[in-house]
Amino acid sequence: MIIQQIISGLALGCVYGLIAIGFVLIFKTTAVINFAQGEIMMLGAFVAFTLITIFNVPFVLAFLLTPIICGGIGILLERVLIRPLVGEPVVSIIIVTIGMSITLRAFAGMIWSYDTLAFPLLFSEETIRISSFVIAPVDISIILVTLGLVILLFLFFKFTTLGISLQSLAQNPLASLLMGVSVKQGYSMTWAISAMVGAVAGMIIAPITFLSVNMGFLGLKAFPAAVIGGFNSIPGALVGGVIIGISENLAGIYLPPWVKDIFAYIVMMAVLMIRPEGIFGTHEQKKV
Amino acid sequence: MPISGRVMPLLEVNNIETYYDSFIEAIRGISIEVKEGQIVTVLGSNGAGKTTLLRTISRVLNDDQPEKGTIEFMGKRIERTDPEKIVRLGISHVPEGRQLFPRLTVQENLRMGTYIRRKDHDLDSDYARVFGHFPVLKDKKSQRAETLSGGEQQMVAIGRALMSRPKLLLLDEPSLGLSPLIVDEIFRIIKKINEEGTAILLVEQNAHRALNVAAFGYVLENGRIVLSDTTKRLEEQEDVKEFYLGITKDGSIKGYKRYKRKKRWR
Ligand SMILES: Nc1ncnc2c1ncn2[C@@H]1O[C@H](COP(=O)(O)OP(=O)(O)OP(=O)(O)O)[C@@H](O)[C@H]1O
Ligand SMILES: [Mg+2]
Repeated sequence: MIIQQIISGLALGCVYGLIAIGFVLIFKTTAVINFAQGEIMMLGAFVAFTLITIFNVPFVLAFLLTPIICGGIGILLERVLIRPLVGEPVVSIIIVTIGMSITLRAFAGMIWSYDTLAFPLLFSEETIRISSFVIAPVDISIILVTLGLVILLFLFFKFTTLGISLQSLAQNPLASLLMGVSVKQGYSMTWAISAMVGAVAGMIIAPITFLSVNMGFLGLKAFPAAVIGGFNSIPGALVGGVIIGISENLAGIYLPPWVKDIFAYIVMMAVLMIRPEGIFGTHEQKKV
Repeated sequence: MPISGRVMPLLEVNNIETYYDSFIEAIRGISIEVKEGQIVTVLGSNGAGKTTLLRTISRVLNDDQPEKGTIEFMGKRIERTDPEKIVRLGISHVPEGRQLFPRLTVQENLRMGTYIRRKDHDLDSDYARVFGHFPVLKDKKSQRAETLSGGEQQMVAIGRALMSRPKLLLLDEPSLGLSPLIVDEIFRIIKKINEEGTAILLVEQNAHRALNVAAFGYVLENGRIVLSDTTKRLEEQEDVKEFYLGITKDGSIKGYKRYKRKKRWR
């Protein structure tokens, strides 16, 4: 029972982690917290749903196409709503992202209705029994996809010139400009990647949570995950997500039911009391 | 390229005026010239406008600056070119304070210098050239830039700028905050880079060394050019001697005395 809860918490935590990575990516380069990250995840789930059930796109192809489509949506959102505000106070841009999240939810409601829909399953709902405990294949799929995606992100940021240039933009925009990096393109690329990661999160969580325009509220738990991770580190965001996913599930067993939904914030405050900069956070020293 | 007996300037700055926040006039009508293969220096005390001049050329200030005047590079007007395109034209700017990417390694910092040439396959010779100039960096290439000493950081900044294979290098106070020995080395390399064919616009407060290495010089005060001449003749000017080289009329070296005094007090 406990092990099962830990594994399902781990899976849910991976999804929190992916949404949190979306927060972190945009925050690191643009200093904006994108509160629409959860809604972009929701869009990912609906886009995949539409491709599979309406256009009869094969599962695997739909899983590849969805992030590309959502990456495009990310670029569009940045271009239309965020770029005109570059140079304005960050707070105004953050408020725009809140407005963006409400609007995206309304759009999704208009297109796909406000009903809760079932997402087609790739894996059987049957659980696998290994000796004394049971594992749901869908949980394993979530964990594996997340691992794969995080490794891909690592390779991208560490070894491709484009990835390194996005890091450089986050670390020193003036110098990146002098290297010939277009700040506009960099911002737009950052939004694309973060939307792609969000889309993957939506596709892998939808089989568990079902489809609904309110799925994006998961983002509210991904936010403390990003904070726990230090808000500037991809592995940190993932670890933060996993910590919240697992501890929340365990709280569901041992504590009164109402605690579970706010447990993410309890964990966040506990971590911040011990390490104000988050687990993976560093005190930014402007030495160079 | 000699046109009617005259070497065409690589960079020609014509009467530019640059403002900050649309009312602070940092540059009040400056014209300078850098010829192909030349080292030109711009001297001036704090706040004279040296950094602003370089930033105006590389277009990293507000988009509407310079307010007035023209900048030509290889015969092409660039004063309204997008900042990220300047390096593609062949101008590489080593900014004041080095401005490295602190959490990237030395190698990755250098790699960022090749950003505009990222489809190029022959980068090995460029890394070899930089490591040839600065052998210390080779041993530290996997270290994060923020862990380097000030001198090493300056070397990375120069090396990174070289990776784009510039025709013109803009150097903003490369000697700032470095010990005399390291300054010697930096200036030796500056000379070598120039001998290999890169023109350099060198902004300095260390007038001694700058006049030594450059062929032509400008003296900037309050956003205006107050003197311009070959460095040989500038060195002979009384004002330059007194204010920038610290030599009084009787020939003693003020700066040196002050340095000795300071040392004794410590
Ligand atoms: N970002 C800015 N906003 C407003 N004014 C500025 C800004 N940067 C520089 N200035 C002003 O412009 C003038 C020229 O500054 P600049 O940095 O070009 O001088 P400098 O010659 O490079 O000095 P230093 O030798 O100290 O580096 C100064 O009066 C300075 O106060
Ligand atoms: Mg300066």
